[in-house]
Amino acid sequence: MADNYTHLDALEAEAIYIIREVAAECEKPVMLYSIGKDSSVMLHLAMKAFYPEKPPFPFMHIDTTWKFHEMIEFRDRMAREKGIEMLVYTNEEAVAQGINPFDHGSAYTDIMKTQALKQALDKYGFTAAFGGGRRDEEKSRAKERIFSFRNASHAWDPKNQRPEMWKQYNTQINKGESMRVFPISNWTEKDIWQYIAREKIDIVPLYFAKERPVVYRDGNIIMVDDDRLRLLPGEKVEYKSVRFRTLGCYPLTGGVESTADTLEAIVEETLGAVNSERTSRVIDHEAAGSMERRKREGYF
Amino acid sequence: MNSLLKFITCGSVDDGKSTLIGHMLYDAKLLFADQERALELDSKVGSREGQIDYSLLLDGLMAEREQGITIDVAYRYFTTELRSFIVADTPGHEEYTRNMAVGASFADLAVILVDATKGILVQTRRHARICALMGIRHFVFAVNKMDLIQFNEKAYIKIEKDIKKLAIDLDLQHVEVIPVSATEGDNVTLKSTNMPWYQRKTLLQYLETVNVESSEEEAGFVMPVQRVCRPNHTFRGFQGQIESGSVAVGDEITVLPSGEKAVVQTVLMTDKNVSEAHKGNPVTIQLNREIDVSRGCVLVKDAGLIVSNMFTASILWMDDAELVRGKNFIAKIGTKSIPATIMDIKYKIDINSGEQLAATKLYKNEIAVCDIALSEEVVYDTFKSHKGLGAFILIDRVSHMTSACGVVEHSLRRSENLTWQEMDITRDVRAAKMGQKPLTLWFTGLSGSGKSTLANELEKALSLRGKYTMLLDGDNVRMGLNSNLGFDEEDRIENIRRIAEVSKLMNDAGLIVLTSFISPYQSDRERAKDIIGRDNFVEIYVSTPLEECERRDVKGLYKKARAGKIPNFTGISSPYEPPVSADVVIDTSKQTLEEAVSMLLEKLESYL
Repeated sequence: MADNYTHLDALEAEAIYIIREVAAECEKPVMLYSIGKDSSVMLHLAMKAFYPEKPPFPFMHIDTTWKFHEMIEFRDRMAREKGIEMLVYTNEEAVAQGINPFDHGSAYTDIMKTQALKQALDKYGFTAAFGGGRRDEEKSRAKERIFSFRNASHAWDPKNQRPEMWKQYNTQINKGESMRVFPISNWTEKDIWQYIAREKIDIVPLYFAKERPVVYRDGNIIMVDDDRLRLLPGEKVEYKSVRFRTLGCYPLTGGVESTADTLEAIVEETLGAVNSERTSRVIDHEAAGSMERRKREGYF
Repeated sequence: MNSLLKFITCGSVDDGKSTLIGHMLYDAKLLFADQERALELDSKVGSREGQIDYSLLLDGLMAEREQGITIDVAYRYFTTELRSFIVADTPGHEEYTRNMAVGASFADLAVILVDATKGILVQTRRHARICALMGIRHFVFAVNKMDLIQFNEKAYIKIEKDIKKLAIDLDLQHVEVIPVSATEGDNVTLKSTNMPWYQRKTLLQYLETVNVESSEEEAGFVMPVQRVCRPNHTFRGFQGQIESGSVAVGDEITVLPSGEKAVVQTVLMTDKNVSEAHKGNPVTIQLNREIDVSRGCVLVKDAGLIVSNMFTASILWMDDAELVRGKNFIAKIGTKSIPATIMDIKYKIDINSGEQLAATKLYKNEIAVCDIALSEEVVYDTFKSHKGLGAFILIDRVSHMTSACGVVEHSLRRSENLTWQEMDITRDVRAAKMGQKPLTLWFTGLSGSGKSTLANELEKALSLRGKYTMLLDGDNVRMGLNSNLGFDEEDRIENIRRIAEVSKLMNDAGLIVLTSFISPYQSDRERAKDIIGRDNFVEIYVSTPLEECERRDVKGLYKKARAGKIPNFTGISSPYEPPVSADVVIDTSKQTLEEAVSMLLEKLESYL
């Protein structure tokens, strides 16, 4: 091992090994692309893993129709620039029913994300789906395998996971069953930022602080991304310098007040962070164990 | 930017593993404020009288919180100024040994907790043995709960001596012993003031500075090929991660197993052209000429690997089902997936004492030394020389479960392949290969009772469950094998005897046989039972009443019999003796076909 082999080199090599294994062994893989920084790192790793070939599988975004506009622009630009196939899937039936994040609470996340994902995987018959989940994000994720087996109804059984030894990943499945594969399982938020800086990876501008129209709601800073955001009595739109540590549906994603408008400043802020990143994701605030429950039901 | 150390913590159930790591994160100020707040809140409902319970940081699954134990590996990440760490916190219970092995396979170093009030336990030995088996070369024994023995040096020294002895017994290579208190924090990150007699490094200091790079390792270049990269017909590159050594443009390398040679033309380290690459790097290598290379091949230079189809290995059996010799799997070794057969279980190793025990079967969580044959020659090495080419898993061919993991101890050459000749291919061996228990499901009942329809549907259901089956009924027996038999009593007895003998042969071949014959006489069925073997015989009585069978009269036989046109017709002019102790009774006039089949499947569960 060369003397300058750093922990980022080790993490990168592990992720590339995993991505190549899936391409070599799984029948019909897809890489889920959520547009966030973890997805940006995963896309970058996939480009590197197969170079000079393009990744031999499509990418897929589950669009809830409530993503930040800048995210959608970024997604389309990335697909164009990288020359990759980008599938976009939306639960159109739920859209027609008017399901939205204001009136439908946690059912919204289930219907627009979990159910939509299952529908999309079934529609295309994907046998393996890469996800950008990291074990440092949440306690139940910390226990999930890198190759995570799902039964025919996409459920995860945390009590009966396949043993996973060395680099010998078991990719065998029966018809209807599938794999979720998490190549960046062992990365921390800090690793992600350091790697983005080292590799100069393009990320959505929302990660950088900028003056944006926001409202303060239940302790979260919500950006007014379009006129679908209904203002509650007493709320008023203010212009604040904010940035986002995670990206999702804009009405459900809290920003932080910050002036960090460069990668260096973000890394600096992250190293001294006082809150782990998931606290700014509104749905994660429920009781301990809620993430595990959601995952058993098929949430990524 | 610093290096990465992967380590595992293990020890017995109440040794305080989670508490130790929790305390390390807390002390080293490596928690986020919200995690710290949640920890303090959670602790209020805990048992330590409002004091912080550090283990709550790690026991993440709901079931674990409820049971207060750790059932699966949890990974934690932290970084100090000197190093980045990934720690696998693993379950202590014997029942979850396989999950511990998962953590161990991933780690370079093991922190094994020893309860100072109890000393070395059987679990301590088991965990150390598994860690060593999975390839860990560096061990730290943290003698915990020193506060409960008043930080007594003498007591500690006695335990330390026992640990040193254990290390010799298990041939552990690098061993460090550190006295700590996980709940109070002594020698975790800060030097203990309660143990001035201990002058060596604290646990964290040790982890930050230990060098786990192995000096014994082979230096030659080895790269198992993961995939062939062919974006167009001008480019053909071989992608993989360098397992050991380094490679440079211009090197002459050998492709195994073919032994063909070629010169390295370009080396891409991911997307960059480089002149050389080293151990750990993901690369794409182009050669100067077209030779046959595919996934599973290995590129080497100055490295002595083995090419053979048989080896002796130590395995950890992890499946709920038991292992018998002759069982067939998919083995994954290096980047090759290949059919493999357990030729012989040489002996099992008592996981606690290390004693070698004779064995014909292996149960979950047992370790054994086995001879394994592969369906063709592959490239591998002993685990000691190349971890990446000597470690393998065995995948069940039906359930696809990772049934076992193992490490190659040594190769077996063709001339040594004597085991196969010595071994008889028995019914058990054939059945194990099919992953099923051979049975004869004997359907008996009146003509028109629904035997054949049921047997037919049940066979479909079994087939869907991956079972290998054969259905014997009047059509395929009367017209062939028994075409010389009539319907008088003597021939009827011979008819049943032949069917029973054929069923037995098919059971010997490993199959599940379904027979569908009226078989009216108790004595004939008893004889069939004796021929087939009572343990493999399931008697299914289709008890549909005569009136219903006659009403259905699918083949018009009852009508003819009533008219006196068929002599000796069962139920009309010849008796039917109902079974006295059938294993299953089904009346198709009261149950639908689906109900009957699902009931049968349920009953069969205990046999299969």
